[in-house]
Amino acid sequence: MTAIAMPKPDEAVLARRMEIVKALQAIVPGEGVIHDETEMRPYETDALTAYRQMPLIVVLPETVEQVSRIMKYCHENDVKVVPRGAGTSLSGGALPLADGVLVSMMKFNRVLDIDFANRAVVVQPGVTNLGITRAVEHEGFYYAPDPSSQIACSIGGNIAENSGGVHCLKYGLTTNNVLGLEMVLMTGEVIRLGGKHLDSEGYDLLGLMTGSEGLLGVVTEVTVRILQKPETARALLVGFPTSEDGGRCVADIIGAGIIPGGMEMMDKLAIHAAEDFVHADYPLDVEALLIIELDGPEAEVDYLIGRVEEIAKANKASHIRISESEEERMTFWAGRKAAFPAVGRISPDYLCMDGTIPRRELPKVLAGMRELSEKHGLQVANVFHAGDGNLHPLILYDANQPGQLDAAEAFGADILRLCVEVGGVLTGEHGVGIEKRDLMPEMFTEDDLKQQQRVKCAFDEKHLLNPGKVFPVLHRCAELGKMHVHKGQLPFPDIPRF
Amino acid sequence: MDSILKPRTAIETRDAIAWAAAEDTPLEIVGQGSKRDLGRPVQTAHILDLSDLAGVDVYEPAELVLTLKAGTPLSEVEKLVADQGQELSFEPMDYGPLLGREAGRGTIGGAFATNLSGPRRIKAGAFRDHVLGLEAVSGRGEIFNSGGRVVKNVTGYDLPRALCGSWGTLGVALSMTIKVNPRPEATATFVLEGLSEEQGVEALCKAMGSSAEVSGAAHLPRGLEGGPSQTLIRLEGFGTSVDYRFKTLESLLSSYGKPGRLDTDASGTTWLAIRDVLPFSGRTTPVWRVSVAPAASPAFVRKLRESMDIDVILDWSGGLVWLSCEDGLSHDTQIRRALSETGGGHATLVRADGATRVSVPVFEPQPSPLAALSRRLKDQFDPKGVLNPGRMVAGV
Repeated sequence: MTAIAMPKPDEAVLARRMEIVKALQAIVPGEGVIHDETEMRPYETDALTAYRQMPLIVVLPETVEQVSRIMKYCHENDVKVVPRGAGTSLSGGALPLADGVLVSMMKFNRVLDIDFANRAVVVQPGVTNLGITRAVEHEGFYYAPDPSSQIACSIGGNIAENSGGVHCLKYGLTTNNVLGLEMVLMTGEVIRLGGKHLDSEGYDLLGLMTGSEGLLGVVTEVTVRILQKPETARALLVGFPTSEDGGRCVADIIGAGIIPGGMEMMDKLAIHAAEDFVHADYPLDVEALLIIELDGPEAEVDYLIGRVEEIAKANKASHIRISESEEERMTFWAGRKAAFPAVGRISPDYLCMDGTIPRRELPKVLAGMRELSEKHGLQVANVFHAGDGNLHPLILYDANQPGQLDAAEAFGADILRLCVEVGGVLTGEHGVGIEKRDLMPEMFTEDDLKQQQRVKCAFDEKHLLNPGKVFPVLHRCAELGKMHVHKGQLPFPDIPRF
Repeated sequence: MDSILKPRTAIETRDAIAWAAAEDTPLEIVGQGSKRDLGRPVQTAHILDLSDLAGVDVYEPAELVLTLKAGTPLSEVEKLVADQGQELSFEPMDYGPLLGREAGRGTIGGAFATNLSGPRRIKAGAFRDHVLGLEAVSGRGEIFNSGGRVVKNVTGYDLPRALCGSWGTLGVALSMTIKVNPRPEATATFVLEGLSEEQGVEALCKAMGSSAEVSGAAHLPRGLEGGPSQTLIRLEGFGTSVDYRFKTLESLLSSYGKPGRLDTDASGTTWLAIRDVLPFSGRTTPVWRVSVAPAASPAFVRKLRESMDIDVILDWSGGLVWLSCEDGLSHDTQIRRALSETGGGHATLVRADGATRVSVPVFEPQPSPLAALSRRLKDQFDPKGVLNPGRMVAGV
C-alpha cells in the first residue's frame, strides 16, 4: 500500500457491522447483500489496482426505491457509502472504505426507452457505454463519447467521471451528450434533472453532477443524446522526424479550421512497443506518429484528406499513408488501441497519467518529461489525444522492485505539476479520485477548494458519500459555512460611485 | 436606490461584495443592463456595475481559447474572433429587439449568467458547453477559480458550468475562459414551404436524425414575414460538403416537396431573425420560451391552442417553442399544465412588464426536493443572500 491515506475508519460503525447487514437485508432481499469476505473480494479495488481495501458490506440494489432506502438508512445511521459502477475507474473513484457500504449499481442494466425521433435514449446506470450504441446501431445511430474502456465501463460511471475518449475533440465529452438524470441524494431523496429537452429551468445541476466522481449523489437513470453515425471515416498515418514537427502539424490542422474526428499522437517508445505487439506497419524511424481521422460525408472527408496531407507535408512529415479501405483504417488504429497492453508487454507494470496541456506547450512538456525520466530513473512512453492536448504518459516500473512504485508515483506527480505549470490541468478524463487528490493544491488555492467543498455540503452535509476522494483535506460543513465579516466603511473609498 | 458601485478591478469587485455581505445589503449585479427586463426584477439599494471590468486577457486562436473579463461587450468579442476566422459557435442570441431595446448590447458576463445560445444549440451546445474556466467572487466576498484553459478537464467539480445560467445569484464572474471554433467556410439553408407544424417538425427530426450534420432546424408557421409556413434546415461547413449534404436532404425529405435554397447572405439574415425571434419584435404581447422534447412540440402547441390564441416559432427541431400570447394575461398555469400533459420540459416568461414578472413564476417552478437542493446551493455560495436576491425565485 502506498502513501495516500484514507479517512480513519469509524470504530463504532465497524462494531455495528452485523446490525447494518441485517438492516440492508431488510431493504434488499435475497443475495443482494454481500458480507462474506471471499465474495466481497472482487470489489476491493477498481482499475487503479495499486490500491486495495475491503468494503464493510457490498449491496446490489435493483430498484430506485431500494437505493433510496439504503441511502436514507446510511444517512440516519452515519454510515458511509461508496457508489460503484463497472469498477473501471483509473483514479480510484470506486475504492471501498473499510467502514463504508459499497453500493454496486450493476443490476441497473436495462435500456428503458429508445426514442429515435428525439434522438434520446433512457438507460439505467449499469448499462455499458458500448451497450447504448449496441441498442441503437440497427438504425445507424451511436453514442459518441468513447472512453477506451467502453466495452466494460458503465454509463453511470461515465457521468461520475465525465468520460471522454478519442472522439471527444469533435463530439464532446459526456457532459455535452447527457440530457437528463435521476439520482438519489445521501438523504434518500430522489431528484430528476433534465429529460429529453435542453437546458435547465434552474441551476445547471446536471452539469455539476457530471464529473462529480460519485460525491454528490447516486445516479439511477440517465438520458443521453444519440447521433447518426458519420457516413464515412478515413485516416492518415503520419510520421515526423521530431515531436516538434508533429506538434506544429496538429496546431496547423486546427488553425485551418479542421476539427478531425480523432487526432492521436504516439512517441517513439510507444510506437515501437505497439509495432512489436500488433504489427500495424508503423514507421520505426520517426520520433512522433500522428493518426488523424476525418469523418463525415464522403465528399467532405475526401476533400479534407487532401488538405491535411498538404499540411503534414509542410510540417516535414517523413511518412504519410492514407487509408484506402476500412480494413486499412482499422490497422492504423490497431497499434494505438493496443498501446497500453503493448507497453504492458515491455514492462511488468505501468502507471497511466492523464494531464492536459495547451497544445502549443507540447514540445516543452515532452522535453521536460525526458528530463524527469532521467531524474527518476524510469522510462516513459507517451500516447496522447493530440487534438485536445490530453496526455497519457505511461510510466514503466516494476512493482516487485522495492521503491519503484514510489518512484513511479513521484515521477507521475512531477509530470502533473509540469502540466499545471504550463497552464494545463491535473486530469483530463480519468478523474481526481484518490490518485490525484493530494495534488489538488498544485492547481487550486485553499479558497478554490473550500468553495468546491461547500458544493459538497449542499448535497451531503455529513460527508458520508464517497469521502476521502477528490479533496486532500476534509473540512466539516459547519466550519466551511462560517463567514468572517468585517463591518465598516466601504473599503475602497475611491471606487467610482454614481 | 442610492448608489452604483463600479469596480475597476477584481479586488475592488471582491471588496464591494465583502462589504455588502458585512452590511447585509443586497446588490443587483449588472453589466450593461441589457437583460434587466428579463427574469424576476431585483430591487436593491445598490447596484454592482461590472462594465468597467472589461478587456481580453489572452486570445490564442490556434488553441481555440479566449480568456476575458466579464464586462467585455459581447459585440466586441464577436468581432475579435470573427477577424481570426472564428466564432462563438453557441451563437448567443440578442434579446434587445424582442424586448423593444437596442440591438447589439450586453456583455460576455451577462451572456454567461443567462447561458445564452441560439439555433446552433442543437449541434454545438449553449454557453454552458463552451465555458472552460471561471474566476468569480462568491457572496462571501471570496475570489475562487475553477476549471482551466483546456477543453479536456475533470479536475474538481464543474463550477463554471454550474454558475453558467445562474443569473448572478451564486457568484459574480470576474473573468472566464471560453472555447471558440472555426467559422464555417460556407452555409446554406434548405427551405420547405407550406407544411403543417406536425409535418414540419417531423421533417426537422428526420433531418436531425440523418448524417447531414444539421446546425439549425426551425419551423415558422407564418413564415418569416407572414406568408405560408417555412421549414428551414441549415447546413454549414466546407463548400463541397454543404452541397453534398444538401443533396442528401433533398432525397431524404423528397416526400415533403421541392426545397428552395438560401445561400450565404440570405441564410445568414434568416437565422439571425430566428435567433433573435424578430417576428415577435415590435409588439408587447407576453412571450414565453419553452423547452420541450423536439417531437412533442406540435402536440404541446395543439393542446394550448384549444384554450388560447397563440403565435409560435419552433426552433431546435421543435425543442424550443417561442410562444407569443394574447395581450394582458400571463397564462402561466395554462402553459405549464399543457407542457406537463405533453411530456414535460420547462417554460420561462421572457417578455412581460415588471409587475407581471414579480407576480408570476418567471422560471419553471421546481419540485420540493430539487428546490430545496437549489436553495442549499445558493446558501453555500451566498449565505447572506446579497447577490441578485429574487432574480430567479422569490425569496432566494
